[in-house]
Amino acid sequence: MSATPNLRMGQEPEPWIEPGHSYASVTDKISSAVLTRPVGIGWLAGFALTFSIVMVLFLAVAYLFAKGVGIWGINIPIGWGFAIVNFVWWIGIGHAGTLISAILYLLNQKWRTSINRFAEAMTLFAVACAGLFPLLHTGRPWMAYYMLPYPSTMGIWPQFRSPLIWDVFAVSTYATVSLVFWFIGLIPDLATLRDRAKKKWQQMIFGMLSMGWRGSARHWHRYQSAYLLLAGLATPLVLSVHTVVSFDFAVGIVPGWHTTIFPPYFVAGAIYSGFAMVLTLAIPMRAAYGMQDFITRRHLEQCAKVMLATGLIVAYGYFFEFFLSFYSGNKFDLFLTHQRLHGPYAPYYYALLLCNILTPQLLWIRKVRRNIAALFVISLVINTGMWLERFVIVVISLTRDFMPSAWGRYSATVWDYATLAGTLGLFTMLIFLFVRGLPAIAISEMRELVHQESHGNGGHQ
Amino acid sequence: MDAMSDHEHDKKLHILQGPLGEKAASAPAHDHDEHGDEGEESTIREHRLELSTVREKLKNKSGKQYWRTLEELAEDPHFEALLHREFPRHASEWDDAVDRRDFLKLMGASLALAGLAGCGRPDQASIVPYVKQPDGMVLGRPSFYATAMPFGADAIGLLVESHEGRPTKVEGNPDHPSSLGATNAFAQASILGLYDPDRAQTVLEGGEIRAWSRFLDAAQEAAMGVKASSGAGFRILTGTITSPTLAAQIRKLLTLYPQAKWHQWEPAVSDGAREGAKLAFGRVVNTVYVPGKADVILSLDADFLASGPGHVAYARQFARRRNLDGANEAMNRLYAVEPTPTVTGSMADNRLLMRACDIELVARALAAKLGHGSAVSLPPAADKWLDAVVADLQKARGNSLVIAGEQQSAAVHALAHAVNAALGNVGTTLYYTEPVEAEPVNQLESLRDLCADMDKGKVDLLLILGGNPVYNAPHDFDFLSKLKKVNNAVHLSPYFDETSAYCLWHVSESHYLESWSDARAYDGTASIIQPLIAPLYYTKSAHDVVAAFSDKPGLQPYDAVRAYWSEASAHLESPMETGWRKWLNDGVISGTKFSPITPELKFNAASLPAFTPVAADQVEFIFRPDPTIYDGRYANNGWLQELPKPVTKLTWDNAALVSPKYAQKQDFAHKVMSRGGEHGQVRTALVDIALNGSKVTAATWTLPGQAENTVVLPLGYGRTRSGYTGSNKGFNAYVVRTSNALWSATGGQVTATGDTYPLACTQYHFNMEGRQILSTASLEEYKKNPAFPHEGFETPAKDNSLYSAFSYPGHAWGMAIDLTKCNGCNACVVACQSENNIPVVGKDQVMRGREMHWIRVDRYYVNSPSATVDNTGDPTAYSPTLDNPETHFQPVPCMQCENAPCEQVCPVGATVHSAEGLNDMVYNRCIGTRYCSNNCPYKVRRFNFLRFQDWDTPSLMLLRNPEVTVRSRGVMEKCTYCVQRINNVRIDAEKQNRSIRDGEIVTACEAACPTEAIVFGDINDPASRVAKLKAQQRNYTVLGEVNSRPRTSYLASVRNPNAELEKA
Repeated sequence: MSATPNLRMGQEPEPWIEPGHSYASVTDKISSAVLTRPVGIGWLAGFALTFSIVMVLFLAVAYLFAKGVGIWGINIPIGWGFAIVNFVWWIGIGHAGTLISAILYLLNQKWRTSINRFAEAMTLFAVACAGLFPLLHTGRPWMAYYMLPYPSTMGIWPQFRSPLIWDVFAVSTYATVSLVFWFIGLIPDLATLRDRAKKKWQQMIFGMLSMGWRGSARHWHRYQSAYLLLAGLATPLVLSVHTVVSFDFAVGIVPGWHTTIFPPYFVAGAIYSGFAMVLTLAIPMRAAYGMQDFITRRHLEQCAKVMLATGLIVAYGYFFEFFLSFYSGNKFDLFLTHQRLHGPYAPYYYALLLCNILTPQLLWIRKVRRNIAALFVISLVINTGMWLERFVIVVISLTRDFMPSAWGRYSATVWDYATLAGTLGLFTMLIFLFVRGLPAIAISEMRELVHQESHGNGGHQ
Repeated sequence: MDAMSDHEHDKKLHILQGPLGEKAASAPAHDHDEHGDEGEESTIREHRLELSTVREKLKNKSGKQYWRTLEELAEDPHFEALLHREFPRHASEWDDAVDRRDFLKLMGASLALAGLAGCGRPDQASIVPYVKQPDGMVLGRPSFYATAMPFGADAIGLLVESHEGRPTKVEGNPDHPSSLGATNAFAQASILGLYDPDRAQTVLEGGEIRAWSRFLDAAQEAAMGVKASSGAGFRILTGTITSPTLAAQIRKLLTLYPQAKWHQWEPAVSDGAREGAKLAFGRVVNTVYVPGKADVILSLDADFLASGPGHVAYARQFARRRNLDGANEAMNRLYAVEPTPTVTGSMADNRLLMRACDIELVARALAAKLGHGSAVSLPPAADKWLDAVVADLQKARGNSLVIAGEQQSAAVHALAHAVNAALGNVGTTLYYTEPVEAEPVNQLESLRDLCADMDKGKVDLLLILGGNPVYNAPHDFDFLSKLKKVNNAVHLSPYFDETSAYCLWHVSESHYLESWSDARAYDGTASIIQPLIAPLYYTKSAHDVVAAFSDKPGLQPYDAVRAYWSEASAHLESPMETGWRKWLNDGVISGTKFSPITPELKFNAASLPAFTPVAADQVEFIFRPDPTIYDGRYANNGWLQELPKPVTKLTWDNAALVSPKYAQKQDFAHKVMSRGGEHGQVRTALVDIALNGSKVTAATWTLPGQAENTVVLPLGYGRTRSGYTGSNKGFNAYVVRTSNALWSATGGQVTATGDTYPLACTQYHFNMEGRQILSTASLEEYKKNPAFPHEGFETPAKDNSLYSAFSYPGHAWGMAIDLTKCNGCNACVVACQSENNIPVVGKDQVMRGREMHWIRVDRYYVNSPSATVDNTGDPTAYSPTLDNPETHFQPVPCMQCENAPCEQVCPVGATVHSAEGLNDMVYNRCIGTRYCSNNCPYKVRRFNFLRFQDWDTPSLMLLRNPEVTVRSRGVMEKCTYCVQRINNVRIDAEKQNRSIRDGEIVTACEAACPTEAIVFGDINDPASRVAKLKAQQRNYTVLGEVNSRPRTSYLASVRNPNAELEKA
């Protein structure tokens, strides 16, 4: 995450945008994906596929509502299964977007420019997928509004000591701020699209969405301060959301959950998986839409470095979880650790170590960091690994808690898999819609970048 | 329903306040004062032919002309004959299911003849509120009626809770000797049997629905048919009968048909006790044990704490000798020799493993050591064990007791009689009475005779009253093919079962809560069985069927019972005229208890034929009734099917039980499946068992504490016609059971099929992993350190919490469970299920780890101190400690923690702390996040993953306790300490402006518990029983170090092993 230009071996730093671009070419290139480019067979096929997976999700949800959560693999003692694993996983993925757009913005990282827009979109879609699960996993989803602090005539409020209530606030705040932040960042680009759109309906829609943006200096001034303020507002959220999500576990007394290391370790894990997902999405997208000029190798390398750093924090987290169980002498924790290594779910734990700790060590090697295919594969591995991590935490801890007589096991049903696959489909479908419907890269910020690159000006303003 | 109860309650006679609320005597079911001559209309309904004639004749007449018309009709001789017969009066016998057209015609005719029959059955269709509220009835308040449930050679006295005319819950009758206020799992579950929608509902002739009157006719016709030969072709087959009235009715029948014969067959009770008594005393006597007076008890394969006559009372007496309350630190001692772990064996202080076929050897050796018969050679370890036992028995001369098992041979029983006599126990720890069974016979021979007669075609008319011989007769009798030779077989049974399918007539049997009868308890005390409800369906009792063949067809059971007792009570202190209402109120007929007799011991152990031992390496196969569905009669009872069997914790299936060593040798693997896992699904090897010339395929189950070369084949499963719940579950062990090896067989072949079979096991892991869960010690250790459960475990300080502690200024409900007394019998589990409307989820859901019991009984094996090898918690991971482990049971209801982990994590406040310290579940508020369950260290919370409750079956709606919410899907539930009972008592106390008395609130589990192991009360009151128990040093809380501060605490399990044997 070096903030200084890369001065490796005395070379000039690689540019953040390939040379030869002007304001117009940037605008043309990015807006063409929305306005002029014909709908290709690839996009259609991809959309059709993901749309049909979304139909699977609808089916799974409809059956779930008809029958109840018993269609899943959960039981007593394992009250939480795939739904919570998926929830935490998606929320984690949703961390990268706001981190890139807010924190890196505040830290003045120029390389965020070309990836922030779609990373934010990814965040929103991931949070949308994540948000489904807490609702779906309740036994009586139609009563889920009890979790909201509305003035009920019965005078009943939610139970504020419960981390699940904190979750409701944390996740909904995060979703709202992320949405607003994303939308505000979009406004100048929406105006550009409005101005360039040839079709009436496009002009109408983009016109409405751009909220009367004229590009005046005063607009820009207000825009910049609002964006900065929102970035400031979003920054603590990046840290708070996963902290609160980790409380769901850390506040519980279940061995394997009840540990103070969870908040930082969950946040690091979230950023880790978020960046992995950014790579998973960016690599195919830049190829499909010829955006290699804007999302350069250097960008990808930068993401890889973030992954390596957060991956090491996660590894530290694993180590300390492990160490603390021995150091504390708590027999329940000790037993659980033993079970992670030798119990029926040991393969999951070893797979997790392989995915999350061993694989990212490859990123120490510059060649690997700059190898697009390798990065893509590693990003997929890390995504899987982070899913496994949540599985290990949520499920394995519950299978071996306090009462040996109540120990059980968990195995997901076809409906668990259908719901997981369904949200993957939903996420991808939304991404497909996004790349065709909105500028996937911030045009105005890229134009700024062109200016900065050509004038050697390091700052944004 | 309401209409029905309206009618019945008009007739109710509420009197007397019993010890348990309104325990009122009454006749709630039938209207007996209607003995009018309203039989005519039924008469008319009898024969369609006659009726059409009547209709023809009535055709052109108007209402005003009935009398003349009838007189005309009455001149018809056929009609006259019909008119003079006795008939049942109830329209309920009239079956409209098939002949609806005829029914309508007949209703027309009935109307036309209404002038004749002044009174008929009131219209059942109208629903009106009580115009006159019956005496003693308060709507919404249950009434309790005393009755009794007959079971084998015993009957357990009950108080049955009735809500507006429908029985909903069974409690024990404290005045009844077999109950003493407690019950067992069978009695608790019997209420579900009443409402079982799969019950047979009508009379069938060859599968066609018939009116009862049609059956009466056919019965009389058949009776006429055998009359000529004075009943030569007439046979009656019953189970063991203790009903004096029924026995008298059958005997009456036998006098009417002198050549007729009465046979008996109970598949799960051996003739050993009867034959043993004959051997010892020259005649059959009944043995009544008084374990309460015994200091040392030796059980020779006797599961006297959990099965057999009087076991509930025995368990109570036994447990009372294990009170460790500071003042009394003495305990009785129980030795058990048995082939397979039973409830009794698990309670034993010292347990010796022997194959069932070797028990006789032990008995002989025992007798020899006490000077009876010649010495026999035992394996050295067993000999040493027996020496210590004999020494102990002799030390307690006169206060010791030797009990022979129900499934043991006559010789063992005779030897036990001799040993008890030699030890001077007769008269103190046991006594003899006249047999409780109405007609003790050797049932195996009885059935053999019947089969022989049937085979020879000597049987024209066979009356099977209860029982299911096609299913459960010895395989070599081939009962089915012989039954097919009987032209006219009548089967009375509650279900249309395997036997019914091959009988010409099937009469659906009334539940004991639906009809009048009587029964004797294990000590001879007789009770009147009074019905709580009119029959739900067109069902009849054995009294009706026997009467149908007698000279009094249509005699009502009520009248039969009254008739018998008006005669039999002549010598009692209160004859029937004055005593009847008291009998009904008390649930017992005072003065009917059999007085002890002193039969002369004519037995000489030396006279026993030489014992031919089975080679030690031979595998024996033993047959045992299943602990939950017994001989198969409860196969369709979902509560019992889903009830984990006490030791194996299997549900919904039986399995061939094998010892760990044998399993290891044979390489029978268990595989814990990932769906459900240890708390649900285990796949085990499926084997073919070829035995006695027949073969059955069974799943195996490795059971620690089983004799190495014993394979147990539990009876009762593999039913093919049992109903939705019971059919095709498990394997049918009767298939390999023959008359020459009824209880123990050798020479079988076990071959693995290579397949596996999924079993639903609710607790697979048995190791406590060094946690403070079930604390145990020997009496010696306890005396040295009564606070042993706290050793090595610390409970954090009370204020060691982020949240401030609650204060409980009023009551503070708590529970103490004495693990020294709990024998794992499961009565509490079913009682809780019945009280709290807990659904049955089925095998598939149990295998997914979703059973719903609010209280479960955990079973743990404790490493014996001498064992060096640790066990892993998996029964198939063989270690020598599993050969004969110490077994302990622990009932686990909700702990009602004061610092409850569940309460803090519920996002909507659906589980909240009450001012009295209960963790209340607010079902309506629950959204089902299951966070509370995850955070519960005891895993006592249960979740409605699907809609488990049956909301559609009408009969099951009647079953439910109206005081407890019926939960739907998506909500969490758990033990509430029976909060509805707490509130009922609170309301009463407030009305009477007094405080709640200790012992006034009795939770369902506490009420059912035979051993008084569960005690509930107010811990704020230092004088309460529960507070005193909690003040004991051996009181501890499970996982106290978690700082959840449970209100449910445990008194550590203390055993009293013989130190001499421990050293070995």
